[in-house]
Order: sequence, then structure tokens, then C-alpha cells
Amino acid sequence: MTRFLVRRIALGVLVLWVISMLVFVMFFVAPQDVAHTIAGKNATPQTVAAVKRTLGLNLPIPTQYWHFLVRCLHGNLGQSYYTQVSVNSLIKSRLPATLSVMAGAAVIWMLLGVTNGVISAIRPRTVADRSLTAFSLFFYSLPTFVLGLAMLNVFFYQLHTHGLPNLPASGYVPLTQDPYQWFLHMILPWVTLALLLAATYTRLTRGSMLDVLGEDYIRTARAKGLSERRVVLRHGLRSALTPIVTQFGIDLGTLVGNLVVTETVFGISGIGKLSIDSITNGDLPVIIGVVLVASAAVVVMNIVVDIGYAVLDPRVRLN
Amino acid sequence: MTAQSDQPGPSEDVLLRISDVRKYFPIRSGSLFRRDAGSVRAVDGVSLEVRRGETLGLVGETGCGKSTLARCITRLYDLTSGSVVFDGQDISTLNAREMRPVRSNVQMIFQDPYGSLNPRRRVGSIIGDPFAIHGTASGADRKRQVQELMELVGLNPEHYNRFPAEFSGGQRQRIGVARALALRPKLIVCDEPVSALDVSIQAQVINLLADLQREFNLTYIFIAHDLSVVRHVSDRVAVMYLGKVVELSAADDLYEHPRHPYTGALLSAVPIADPDLSDSRERIILVGDVPSPTNPPSGCRFHPRCPKARHRCVEDDPALEPQFVDPADHTAACHFPVADGEDLAAARPQLAAADRADDAVDPDLSVLHGSES
Amino acid sequence: MMQPPIETELLSSELPDIEAPHGALPEAVVQGRSPYQLAWLRLRRDRVAMVSAGTIIFVILLALLAPLIAHLTGHGVNEQFHHIGETPDGAPKGPNHIFWLGTDDQGRDLLVRAAYGARVSLLAGLIASAVAVVVGTVVGLSAGYLGRAIDTVLSRIMDIVLSLPYLLFAIALVAIVGPSLKIAIAVIAFFSWASVARIVRGQVLTLREREFVEAARSLGASSRRIMFVDVLPNVLAQIVVLASLLIPSAIVFEATLSFLGLGVPPPTPSWGNMISGSENYYEAWWFLLVPSLLLLITTLAFNLFGDAVRDAFDPRGEMLGNRGKE
Repeated sequence: MTRFLVRRIALGVLVLWVISMLVFVMFFVAPQDVAHTIAGKNATPQTVAAVKRTLGLNLPIPTQYWHFLVRCLHGNLGQSYYTQVSVNSLIKSRLPATLSVMAGAAVIWMLLGVTNGVISAIRPRTVADRSLTAFSLFFYSLPTFVLGLAMLNVFFYQLHTHGLPNLPASGYVPLTQDPYQWFLHMILPWVTLALLLAATYTRLTRGSMLDVLGEDYIRTARAKGLSERRVVLRHGLRSALTPIVTQFGIDLGTLVGNLVVTETVFGISGIGKLSIDSITNGDLPVIIGVVLVASAAVVVMNIVVDIGYAVLDPRVRLN
Repeated sequence: MTAQSDQPGPSEDVLLRISDVRKYFPIRSGSLFRRDAGSVRAVDGVSLEVRRGETLGLVGETGCGKSTLARCITRLYDLTSGSVVFDGQDISTLNAREMRPVRSNVQMIFQDPYGSLNPRRRVGSIIGDPFAIHGTASGADRKRQVQELMELVGLNPEHYNRFPAEFSGGQRQRIGVARALALRPKLIVCDEPVSALDVSIQAQVINLLADLQREFNLTYIFIAHDLSVVRHVSDRVAVMYLGKVVELSAADDLYEHPRHPYTGALLSAVPIADPDLSDSRERIILVGDVPSPTNPPSGCRFHPRCPKARHRCVEDDPALEPQFVDPADHTAACHFPVADGEDLAAARPQLAAADRADDAVDPDLSVLHGSES
Repeated sequence: MMQPPIETELLSSELPDIEAPHGALPEAVVQGRSPYQLAWLRLRRDRVAMVSAGTIIFVILLALLAPLIAHLTGHGVNEQFHHIGETPDGAPKGPNHIFWLGTDDQGRDLLVRAAYGARVSLLAGLIASAVAVVVGTVVGLSAGYLGRAIDTVLSRIMDIVLSLPYLLFAIALVAIVGPSLKIAIAVIAFFSWASVARIVRGQVLTLREREFVEAARSLGASSRRIMFVDVLPNVLAQIVVLASLLIPSAIVFEATLSFLGLGVPPPTPSWGNMISGSENYYEAWWFLLVPSLLLLITTLAFNLFGDAVRDAFDPRGEMLGNRGKE
């Protein structure tokens, strides 16, 4: 187990290091006119040179990278060009909104996906199974922003124009400020994300439940006279959950992308929206900060998921 | 059988000479931080000679290293040490490019007629592979040669465009034979070519191999775990146990005068068609499993299972040498060889308790283990 | 020399059909059916697959015939019809006899723009998937067959690419280089090849141990020949399936980039930037619906078709972790 841990963490560190290199190359080496961009369009050559000196762009590239790495390792992500606020505090202030969207959606999609998958698996080829399969494939094919905009149109605009009580269209109310409003504002983003991501889990749960329910020990459990409910939930679902845990790890990277889109569509000022806004403003330090933090989060979460998986299933540790 | 009038002197008589060949597979663990955790000694010091035009049988239980030895000879595996001299040329250290011309002279027929043919390619292109790889024939010429080969091994040349799945096991093995024969090799290593076939089909494939040998003056190394098949096809037979040759002899001599107790045990497991004779014969049941080749027993590797084991067997690894009054070409590696007429079934090992402890064979757990056949 | 033949007369008289060399089997005109022909036959009988294929063909035709549509309607793709194409207060107009699918916020014909948008989506989807499949296949074959250090290095690269939050990286990259279709395609391909490579590698690892690969090596075939002549045909079915499932995700990826303003720069229409434009016009439902529906039926058709191809190659569900199906 220790060896597995060490190897897994070593790989995580390697990934993070490569990401730092990629980001560095992307932002500091590839575009020749970083200083120009920062200094503004009408800057004199002197200003540009001054900016270069402040950013350390006149130093050799390995030295620049070293400075960059050391700075990041100290947890200092620099300052926003646009607002002069430190990137760390920007990200910190946006974090609650993003976490709210993520956590609520995750709960719904896991419940929805696993429940639908189990229903499909215990009654394969029935009407219920086929409609659930069609339902998941439909949402699986739907782009995030299309579903988000459709949700807004129906649950905000159509209800609103017909004078019916409607959900709020956009914005984020902190949980600490007003839990009820927080909840109302979160419903649409949650449901949007959950419907999209639940599809994968429905299909996955169904498949792995079907595999598991065909196993001998399930037949034994039935033969012992256990109730069907107990057989399915205690004996079946438990073993079927391992691939679902793995998929959760894989989906974290995808989720970051979905969050960017969801926050943009629903006007939630989280980290995803922050990245899009800073692109519009050409605010490089913020973009870099967001990419680094999000990547690190994905890598760390993946390690956590893998370790959890290894605890659940000893076979994983061997390879 | 080997004495042919047109054969030159004895030194040129030898087509293949392998000396002290060893193949160890390292057991590695971890991917990032490699560390060696011992090795599997699949072949551990085998020396053999194969004469031009003969068939050398190679027998032993599954896992004794005979297939690994075959892959060392055909250089599918790199040797750990030792040398393989084919037709006067040491091929054990050649790289892939230098091996190419040799490959047309050393071919192999594989055990599994299902696994050894690519299921996604048509038979014509499978048999045509040797021509394509060595660039010896192409286009219509290749097709003609392939169809001749198909005819030669008893396949319908019109089935050129079929897939392997459309043939029976025996027909597939004929395809394998045709492919091996394409470049007119001097030596064909047959790795259990009939083990996977029905008994009725086995005879046909063996007869095909015999016909081809006569027609093209081929030399075979014929591997099997079934002694009756080997006896039928071989001029000489080598018996392998746990990576070593324990007995080597002309086929008939081996069957009539087995010297190594392991050979004796293998022979006793061969079914005999005559029920009266079969009843009168004692089967020698070997005790225990084949020990792990990762950590082979000390001294004679057979001693933990040998009915004649003595203290010396635990300490001393016997050399392969003629026993009693045997001819020089009948050698066995045993301190206490079996005499003619000796009843092996009545023999009991005489080992000190200390000797047994080393062997880690728990008598309670030991499985009665006859030879498979 | 070998001994004289074993008596086989008896055996062959009992079993004349099995081994008789010259086809004692009735010599029907059975041509060898390749696994691909079999899969094709199964696919032809699958109604869902045929409907999806029809939908895909429809979208392809829409893309190909976009200039014709523009010509027939007389509406240029970026032509703004301020008088007839907009309400007096400058909002989009609903479907009518001049603009069959309505207009957008700038009075442009949605039908023409949607047809041109199909070009962008298909181009991005097909090219990016093709690049990803080719690169992924070559990398997966090399990693799986050549093994050792090459495998270790390539596998680490795959792990890294797969663990990057790809949309965020794509956004960041586009932010520096500036949005364009080429960049979008490159970004999509870059983040898609690794999943193909990983699956191909896994397949090759098991294929490498098969005897037919050893047979090819014993014939003196080069590694490259074995990889492409012997191993590749055995993973081709999986690759076809992967490709047909990769296309819809590439299309969605491009649409997402365009929606965020990081794909095809306006005024060139793409379904993504059309949907983005509709964001502030709730009442103009057609403005959101036309590009959304096209995007949905395209991805749905590709996904359904991909599933059907998988079933056709693999009716018993053995390959590729075909877990979502029986």
C-alpha cells in the first residue's frame, strides 16, 4: 500500500510539474509580445522594456521558469493586471460559488445516475430500461450550454412571461447570506450539470450491475433466501460501484470544463466565469492562476479517488 | 536412420549446435522504481546437437522449458547466455537485421492452430508473408507460389481468399506448415504441432510432416509432451526437466532402456493399446508438483520427486553421461540410474529429514502427479 | 528420417469431410466473409443505425449544399436584412415565407447561417477526430508493441494529457493565440488522441502475446510491419468505433469553444456562436432552437451510430468495455 501511495503521488507530482512547464511555455515563451500586451497598444518602446524588466522577461528562459516555479510553490500566483488584486484572493473569493455548483450537482447526478442504472439493470430490456437508456443518451449528446440555455428559457423566461412563479435567471447568493435564495439560484445550474453527467453514470451503473448480477455469489445470495432488495443493494451495488468511482475521477477534468460553461450561462461569478472574464480582459496572471489551481485540484482529486479505490479494491494496488 | 550414404564427415553432419544455453526471465515489480525480484530459470544450461536430416524429439512436462528453448533457437527470445551455432554460424548474438537471412533457414510451427494465424488476414496473405517479408516474390508470382504451397500441404488452392476461421484445426495447422515451408528452410522447429488437434487429425499432420521431410530433406526439432508421438517421429529424443536435459538417446534405445527415473516415470504414463499389457504394468506416480523454476531444488532437480533419491542427489548435480554399458550417444544425468528390469514403482527415496526440509514439498499437500499425456 | 506413415485410411474413411484436402465439403461459392462484411450486414439490419446514418447524411448534405441554399434564397451568409429581417425595434423575426427558419439579431437568414454552420461543425469534428485517431493509433501501437522505455514514456504522456482539465487549457491557449478554426481543431485533436492511444495500447498488449505475432517475428518481419500488418487489423474494429464516438464529442467541443467566443470568430457562422448570439433574445425561441436542434441531432445521430457500429462488430458485447449495452 505504501509503495502504491508513493508511486501514485510521484505520478501526480510529475503531472503537476509538466503542467507548470506547459503553462510557462504557453504564456511566457510562445507569444513574443507579452510585454506589449501588458504595456498596452500605445506604449513606447521604453515602457515595454520597463515592463519586460519588471516581469523578468529579459532573463534567460530557464531562470525565468525557475523564478516562476518558486513563486508558484510559495503559493503566490501574482497580481491581476486589470484589478491589481492578488490572484490568490480573487480565486479565494470565487471559490464558494464554484464549490456550491459542483457539490450540489455531484450529489444529484450520482443519485440520479446510480438509481437509474440500477432500475435499468434489474429490469433489462423492459420499457423502463429502454426509456432510461434513451433518456441518458439524449442528455449525453446534449452540449452543456444548449441545455443550460433551454433551462433558462423554460424555467425563467416562459414561466415569467406567463406570470407564473419562476426560478431566478442568474447570479449567485452566498449560502451564509441567504440559504433560501442560495438554493433557488443553484437549482438550474445543478439540474443542468446533473442531467448531463448522470447519463454516463446511468450507462456505467447499468453495465456493471448487469455484470455483477450474473455472478455466482449473487445466485448464492438469492438461493439463501435473501430479499431481492437486499441482494441488489447490499451484494450487487456494492461491487458494481468500483468502476463508478473510477469514472468519477476521470470526470473531474471534464467537470472543470462544464463548470466554466455553466457559470457563464447562469452568470455565476465562480472560478469558471473568472477565467472567461480574464480572457476577455487579457488578464494573463489570472488565467494562469486559474489554470494552475484547477489542474492541481484535478490532479489531487484524482489521487484521492485512486487511493480510495485502492482501499476498496486490493487488486488495484498490485498493478 | 540417420546414416545416409551421401553424408559427409561427422563435423559437417551437425546442422545446429547449442551449447550451455540459458534463458532467465527476470521477475520485475513496480514500474517507476524497478527492482529485480529474482528470475525464472526457464532454460538452465542446455547443450544439444541436431544432425542434418534427423528429427530430434524434445519431451517434458508443461513448464519444463522446452518451448522456451525452441524460442531461443529461433531467436524469438534473446539468450541469457550460451551459444546457438546454426550451419556453422553463431546466431546467438545477431541483431534483428542480421537474423533476417538466417530466418529463412530456421522456421517454426506453432502449437495453437487458432492463435498462430492472424484472424483478420486472408490465408493467401498469411502464407505469402514470408515472400513479402523477404521480398522474394510479389504479385502474381507470389500468388502462384502460395497456391503451390497450399497444394503441397493438402489445402485447396482455391481457398486462397478465405479467413482462418473458415478452416478446421487440422487445416489451420496445414496453413502453418505451408507458411513455415515457404522459404524452403533447412530446420523447422515444431513446437507441439499436434497437441491441440484431435487424435485422428494428429496422424495426418504428422504424416504430412514426414512426407515433407523426405521431399525437402528437412531437419526437425519436434517438441511434445506426449511420448508416444515423439517416439513415432523422432530419431533421437531429449527429455527435459525443469530447464535441463536429463536424458538424451536414440529413440528406440530410450524407450527400451530408460536410465533416468524421470524418463521411466514418463514412459510408464504412456497409454498402451493392449489392455492385458496395460494391467500388468505398474504406473509410477510422481509425488508433488514440478518445483518452481524461480528457485529450483539443489543438486539433481528431480530429487524431491524421485523415487530413488539419495542424500547425494540433494548435494550433487549429476552430469549428462553414458550409464552402464549404454552407447556413447545415450546419456543420462543421474547418480543412481535405472537398470534394465528394475521396478521403479517399488523404489522408495532415502533422504535425511534435513534434505527434505530443503525441498519444501509438504507431503500432506503433495498432489499425486502423473505425467500428462 | 521419420517413420512410415501411420495407418490413416481407416480414420479418413470415417471422417471424410473434415480433413479431406480438396474440399469434400460441398464446394459452394462461399467467398470468405471478412469481419467487416459481417458487421456491415448486421449494421444494415439495424433500424436505429440506418436512421442515424440518414441524419448524418442529411447534415453532410446541408453543409455541402450551403452555397446552393444561399443562392436559392438569395440571402448571403453574412448579409443583414435590417428592413425585412428585423422587427421595428431591431429584434429577430420568426419563421416566415422569406426567412423559413427566421432571422437572428442582426437580421441574417438563420437557414443559410445554419447550413454554413454545419460546415464548421463537421469540419472540426471530422478533422480533429481523424487527427486524434491517427495519432492515438500510432502512439498506442508503439507503446503497446514496442514496450519497455517507449511504453513508459508514452504512457506517462497519455496520463498527463488525460488528467489535464482540457477545456480550461483550450480556453487559455486560445486566449493567447487568438481564436480561429485551425486552433480549435488543433486543440481538440491534442486533447483527444490520448484516450484513443490508451485503448489501442491495452488491446495491443494482449495481441502482442498471441502466437501469430511470434510467427511473424520468426519469419523476420520488422516491428513496423508487425505493428501495421499483423496487429493493426485486429484493433481496427475498435478504432472505427472509437472514431465514431469521438466525432460527436469533437463537434460539441468546437461548439463549446465557439459559444465561449474562442472558436470560429464571427461573423463566420458556427452553431456554437449562433447559440451564443441568441442568449439575450429569450422571446426569439427559433434563434436558440435552430442551431441547438441541429447540434443535438448531429451529436445524437453520431452517438447512436457509434453504438450501433460497436454492436455490429461485437454482438456479444466483449470488446472495449461495452458496459452500457447487453
